[in-house]
Amino acid sequence: MTAALLIEQLLNGVQFGLMLFLMAAGLTLVFGVMGLINLAHGSLYMVGAFACAAVANFTGSFWIGLGASLAAAAAAGAIIEIVVIRRLYNRDHLDQVLATFALILIFSEGTRWVFGSFPLFLDVPELLSGPVSLPFGVQYSIYRLAIIVIGCLVALGLYLLITKTRLGIRIRAGESDRAMIAALGIDIRTLYTIVFALGAGLAGLAGALVGAIQSVQVGMGEPVLILAFVVIVIGGIGSIKGSLFGSLLVGLVDTMGRFLLPSFFKLFMDPSQATSVGSALASMLIYILMALVLVVKPKGLFSANA
Amino acid sequence: MGKMNFVKAGLMGLSLCVAGTAMAEPVKVGMITTLSGGGSGLGVDVRDGFMLAVKQAGNKDLSVVIEDDARKPSLAVQIADKMIQSEKVDILTGIIWSNLAMAVVPSAVAQGKIYISPNAGPSKLAGKGCHPNYFNASFQNDNLPEAMGAYASENGFKNSFIIAPNYPAGKDVLNGYKRFYKGKLSAEVYTKLGQKDYAAEIAQIRASGADSVFIFLPGGMGIAFMKQYAQSGVDIPVLGPAFSFDQGILQAVGASALGVKNTSHWNKDLDFAANKKFVASFQAEYGRLPSLYAVQGFDTASLILSAMAKADVKDTEAFRAELKKIDIASPRGPLKFGNNQHLIQTIYVREVIKEGDIYTNKTNGVAIKDHQDAYAVDCKM
Repeated sequence: MTAALLIEQLLNGVQFGLMLFLMAAGLTLVFGVMGLINLAHGSLYMVGAFACAAVANFTGSFWIGLGASLAAAAAAGAIIEIVVIRRLYNRDHLDQVLATFALILIFSEGTRWVFGSFPLFLDVPELLSGPVSLPFGVQYSIYRLAIIVIGCLVALGLYLLITKTRLGIRIRAGESDRAMIAALGIDIRTLYTIVFALGAGLAGLAGALVGAIQSVQVGMGEPVLILAFVVIVIGGIGSIKGSLFGSLLVGLVDTMGRFLLPSFFKLFMDPSQATSVGSALASMLIYILMALVLVVKPKGLFSANA
Repeated sequence: MGKMNFVKAGLMGLSLCVAGTAMAEPVKVGMITTLSGGGSGLGVDVRDGFMLAVKQAGNKDLSVVIEDDARKPSLAVQIADKMIQSEKVDILTGIIWSNLAMAVVPSAVAQGKIYISPNAGPSKLAGKGCHPNYFNASFQNDNLPEAMGAYASENGFKNSFIIAPNYPAGKDVLNGYKRFYKGKLSAEVYTKLGQKDYAAEIAQIRASGADSVFIFLPGGMGIAFMKQYAQSGVDIPVLGPAFSFDQGILQAVGASALGVKNTSHWNKDLDFAANKKFVASFQAEYGRLPSLYAVQGFDTASLILSAMAKADVKDTEAFRAELKKIDIASPRGPLKFGNNQHLIQTIYVREVIKEGDIYTNKTNGVAIKDHQDAYAVDCKM
């Protein structure tokens, strides 16, 4: 194994982790502030990807598409918050799960109705296509590098938003005591809509960014949603810091596991058996990680209410 | 009172029997296929191909019920039970994925239903697990990769990196490739079914020093892989069975797939009259080019239609004998069933090209003529 391969895999892990962070940040904010379990978060990711693909194909510019993905997902988020989600805050978690699960079905079938069952085309913009040479002989996709940069910028932006702005103060206040900030005369309904739209916009951005290197198709959000839930459980529900840390951990463990486990088993097994045992174990690895974290810290690594 | 009811029931039963023999025999087909979620493009094409043949035949005695399995084995099993027990279908078909086929087919054929596969061809059902009620109108999973293995060896590739998802068809496909490929393997990698990010695998390919990459990643997995591969700057040639380079997904892959060699049992430019008619009528009906899945759906329906014209579906043995004759004009040209009721067919090498604005395939030549699967010898039929 060369150093170049190891560095490339580390970069892959970080890139995957930051992508998950964009999803997990919105999910954990919504849960932390509103106490809502939103299964439809993956649908907002899909909305972002479809909006980006449709607008990019129409205008010929990926960048306009990227802007459209943010806008479309945030708008979709605001609309479902006002129409559906708002009625669920005081309900049981089971009701929330049922209602947001229904939203998944509505979004999936609605998207199929508009765009059809076949995947849409969305390509990486000219500016970011192809590989770039990094030190130590590493060749890496510029686009993936750009995803890492965007992920870092979003993390920094969220940190500044939460710690330095008035909106951030309200969000933190909402996390620690919802009833009290409403009593202090803050318009909690608008705050909830803004937080929900913010989370939705980030999910849409993630969908558009990933859509360009994966595939834009109906049902693309649910596998990512599961991973995002794993991330926020590991990181501590409600904590942005926890979701950043959790995403990087999940991204690195998953990537390195897929890469290292089969070669590890080859040390003492025949190759084909090692491959199947290794890959089977690699796909379980993040769930094993989650179980371990829950044993040691039942509320996650950075629980917001700890 | 009890006696009276008993007599009534008997009379009713008798009259039903009489009615049954008086009418022409209708055939009810249950189609379980993937119409939602990842991979739905494949199920939609099978369904559309199937329904095109049904529409062209205009046979009023054939009725079709279609249900979506969402690529979930447990759901497919439930639907099959419902179709067999309450819908009373005569024939089942439609399943795309081998893991779903393994969950449904063995029990359906054991209950006396005929199953005709329009796609999945797991090795277990072709060898020792073959069954007189199971027909495969598509391919055995190993067929296309076997042809690609033969092509790779003939064209001087000596060090292949091979990759497939970890499910029955993935293993069949890699075994198929290895059966006909004579060079050495740089690595053999299994990924999660439905995986969308291949950065870790592509990094390994880059470091491997292989001279060819053989991939079996059907549906959205292939789109994701090819786009990421093009972005990575790795330029080792990609080879594969047609599933990752077929009509339904090529437009989404775009230029990243240009020039890729793939093996298929059908292409839209094959020079058969039935093929030209099929491609034109599919395009006229649905406004898009057909894929190999559409052809398989079309042939499955044609098989059923040809058999029901000559035999009563209730007489399973006679119906099966008619199915076995393959008295149809397939877009694939002449077809024949082997002893295990899987097709003996010619496999071609294709290349991805751009025609106007559309990405599609052209046929480069024959990879293996009249190819039969390797499991037929294990089938005692």
